[in-house]
Amino acid sequence: MTALLSVQGLRKAYPGVVANDDVSFTVGKGEVHALLGENGAGKSTLVKMVYGLVKPDEGQMVFKGDPYTPGSPHEARSTGIAMVFQHFSLFEALDVAENVALGMENPPPMRELAASIREVSETYGLPLDPSRLVGDLSAGERQRVEIIRCLLQDPKLLIMDEPTSVLTPQEVDILFETLRKLQAEGTSILYISHKLEEIRALCDGATILRLGKVVGSCDPRERSARELAEMMVGTELKSPAATRHELGDVSLTLKNLSVKSANPFGTSLKNVSFDVREGEVLGIGGVAGNGQDELLGALSGELRTAPDAVQLKGQPIGHLGPNQRRSLGVLAAPEERLGHAAAPDMSLVENAALSGWVRMDMVRNGFIDWTMARNFAEKVIADYDVRTPGSANAARALSGGNLQKFVIGREILQKPDILVVNQPTWGVDASAAAFIRQAILDLAAGGAAVVCISQDLDELMEISNRFAALNEGRLSEPRPARGLTIDEIGLMMGGAHGMEVAHIHEEEGAL
Amino acid sequence: MDLSINPILLVASLMVASTPILLAAIGEMVVEKVGVLNLGVEGMMIVGAICGFAIAVETGSPAVGFAAAAIGGAILSMLFGFLTQYLLSNQVATGLALTLFGLGLSSLMGQSYVGIKPPSTPKLDIPLLGDIPVLGPMLFSHDLMVYVSLAIVAGVWGFLKYTRGGLILRAVGESHDAAHALGYNVILVRLAAIGFGGACAGLGGAYLSLVRVPQWTEGMTAGAGWIALAIVVFASWRAGRVLLGAYLFGGITVLQLNLQAAGVAIPVELLSMSPYLITILVLVIISSDRNRAALNAPASLGRAFHASS
Repeated sequence: MTALLSVQGLRKAYPGVVANDDVSFTVGKGEVHALLGENGAGKSTLVKMVYGLVKPDEGQMVFKGDPYTPGSPHEARSTGIAMVFQHFSLFEALDVAENVALGMENPPPMRELAASIREVSETYGLPLDPSRLVGDLSAGERQRVEIIRCLLQDPKLLIMDEPTSVLTPQEVDILFETLRKLQAEGTSILYISHKLEEIRALCDGATILRLGKVVGSCDPRERSARELAEMMVGTELKSPAATRHELGDVSLTLKNLSVKSANPFGTSLKNVSFDVREGEVLGIGGVAGNGQDELLGALSGELRTAPDAVQLKGQPIGHLGPNQRRSLGVLAAPEERLGHAAAPDMSLVENAALSGWVRMDMVRNGFIDWTMARNFAEKVIADYDVRTPGSANAARALSGGNLQKFVIGREILQKPDILVVNQPTWGVDASAAAFIRQAILDLAAGGAAVVCISQDLDELMEISNRFAALNEGRLSEPRPARGLTIDEIGLMMGGAHGMEVAHIHEEEGAL
Repeated sequence: MDLSINPILLVASLMVASTPILLAAIGEMVVEKVGVLNLGVEGMMIVGAICGFAIAVETGSPAVGFAAAAIGGAILSMLFGFLTQYLLSNQVATGLALTLFGLGLSSLMGQSYVGIKPPSTPKLDIPLLGDIPVLGPMLFSHDLMVYVSLAIVAGVWGFLKYTRGGLILRAVGESHDAAHALGYNVILVRLAAIGFGGACAGLGGAYLSLVRVPQWTEGMTAGAGWIALAIVVFASWRAGRVLLGAYLFGGITVLQLNLQAAGVAIPVELLSMSPYLITILVLVIISSDRNRAALNAPASLGRAFHASS
C-alpha cells in the first residue's frame, strides 16, 4: 500500500500542556486507519493539525508525496482532505443545503447543490432532504449532512472524529457500509474513536496515543479488545462489580408524563411512564436529543409537571421545584458539567454549598455555614478521589473526569433516596468512568433508586437492572437488562430512523 | 377646529420621519445577525449627526456630509469592535459606554455649530413618476437619502437571503464555533458587520441633522437609537419587518404631531408617547409566537468568541 498521508514528529504544546509530542504515523491509500486513545490523549489536536485548524510547533506532513503545510481548513479541503466533526460544525437554524454550502470551497448555485445532495445521498444510502432545517434533524441525520458535505468534494482522505458516539447500533452498521464503499473507491479514512469493537470491525491499521505520545501501532484485527484497551490506558482495567441484593418497594413512579420542551429544537416528552424500586438502577438509553434533557429536568424539578405525573413513594411531587425535591431526597446530576451541574467560575466549596445546603443543613437563619460547606466539599474531594490542589479552586479548573467525580460524589454524599444522572461518564477517562459506575452501583446497593440516562450502551448494560430507551420523547417498556441483545436494544432506540442500507447490496447482487 | 389632515402630506412626511430610524435599525440588524449586540446605536447616530453636519457646513455639500457621517459612525463602531472582538470586553457594557461616549464627543465636536443652518439637501425631481397625481408627491418627491435607505433595506434582504457572503454572515451569528471549525474568520466577518452597522447609524444621524430638523443641537437623536434597537428585536431580525416597524413608528410620530397641531382634545403627553406605545404593541403582536421568534434569533447573539484551539 502506498502512503497517502505521512506525519512525522508532530509536536504541539499549549501553555501548561503538551498536547502532542513527536507523533508519527502513516495512512496508506485506501486504508482505514484508526487513531485510538482516551479522552485527552491528543487525538483531536492531532487531526486539527492535519485539517489546518491548528498549526504544529514542530514536525512535517507529507500528502501524496508532497510536503503539506495547511494554513487553514480551506487549504486542507482544496488539497483533498475533508473532516466530519464530532461537535460544532453544523448550524441549527440553517437548512441542509446551506450547511453543506458553508463547508465547500466553491459551492454551485443552491438549486444545483440541492440536486447533487439528493443524488449523492441516495447513492451512498444516506437519504436527506436538502430543504429541511438542521435543527429538526436527528443526530444520525445531522451526521449524514456532515458526511455528504465531505463527499461532495470528492476527498482523498476523510477524517472522522468519534462518528458513532451519537448513533444507534443500526445506524452504525449503515455508516460502516458507507465507509467500506468509500474505501473500495480508494478513499482513505482516518478514524478516531475509543470504541474498540468498532475499530476491530472496520480498520486496517491503528495508531495508539496516550498522553500526547504514540505508544504503539498494530493491526487491530489481530488484537483483542482487551489488549487494545490496555495499550490505550496503560494499566490493567478493573470492571465495576455489582453486588447482589434484594430490591425494595417502588420508590419513584412516573405516570403518563408529558412535558413540552423549553428549547425550540428540543424534544417534548410524550406519555413517559416507569417505576423504579429501592436498590434498583434503571438505565435509559437513546440517541442524544430524544428527550434526555427534558426527562432529567422533569425529574429534578426544573420542569414542573402535573403533580401526579411524578410520584415519590406514592406522594405527588410533579409540581415541586428542585430544592423542595432535594429536601425530600430526590437529587439529580445533569449532563452539562460546566454551567448546569456546576457553576464554572465558583469554587468547589461554593459549588458544594449550592446543591448541598438543603440536605446538609448548611444554612442557619439565612447565613451559610462556610465551615460546614468546606468540610463537605473536602469530604467529596477525599472520598471520590477528585484530583485538585484544593477546595478553593474554581470548578472550571478541573478536568472533565475530576469535575464529574466531584459532581457525582456531591450528590451521593447527600444520601439521596432517588438519584437521577444524565451521562455520568461522558468525556471521562476509563479509570474515572469505572470509579463513577462503581459509586452508582454502591449507592443502589445501599437501597437508593437510581435513574441513569446515558448514550453509552456498554455502560448501561454494566450497571442497570432494567433498561428502557427514549426515542423522540417516548419511552419504551423497561426490560431486564440481562440478556438483551444489541439488536433488541437498537430496535428499542428507534432502529435506523428510516435510513437505508447503502446500495452496496445491489452491486453484490449484480456480480 | 380643523381635523382634516392631508393624507398626501402625511405619507410624504412619514417617509422623512422614519428614515433615520430605518437606517440605524437595518444596520443594527446586520450586526445582530452576525451575533454581536451593539447597544451603542444612539452614540453612533449622534456622532454621525455632528460629523455629517460639520462637514456639510464646511464643504457646502450635503452629499460629502453624508459620506463623512457614515465614516464617523463606522470609526466609532470600530472602537466597539476592537474592544469586544479583540479584547473580549462585555458587549452590553461596551455598547452602553459607546452611547455615553458618543453623546459627549458629539457635544464637544458640535460646540461651534450650534444655531447654524446646514446647506439644504435637494429634493429629487423625478420626471414622469413625480408627476403622477397623489402618488407622485407622496412617494417620488423626496431627497436621495430616502431612496438610499430603502435600497439598503432591499440590499440587506437580498444579501442575507441569496449571497454566499450573507450565508457566511448568518452562519457566524448562528454558531461561531462551527464557523471557525469550517475555517471562516469569525472576527473579521463580525468586524465588517459592525462597521456596516456603524455607517448606517451614522447616516441615520446625519439625516436627522441635515434634513429632518435641520440644525445641530446637543442630544438631538433623543432616543432614536434605542427605538432602532427595539425595532430590530421586535422585527425578529427580518429586513422587511424592520422597514414596517420603522415606518409605523415614523407614521405615528407624524400623525400625532398633526393631531396636536389640529388641537384634538387628547392630552399632549399621551399623543407624544403614542408612537412608542403603538410601535412596541404592534411588533409584540407580530412576534408573539415565542418559538418562531426564538428560531429566528441569532443563536450566538451577544456571546464572546475566542478561538480556543
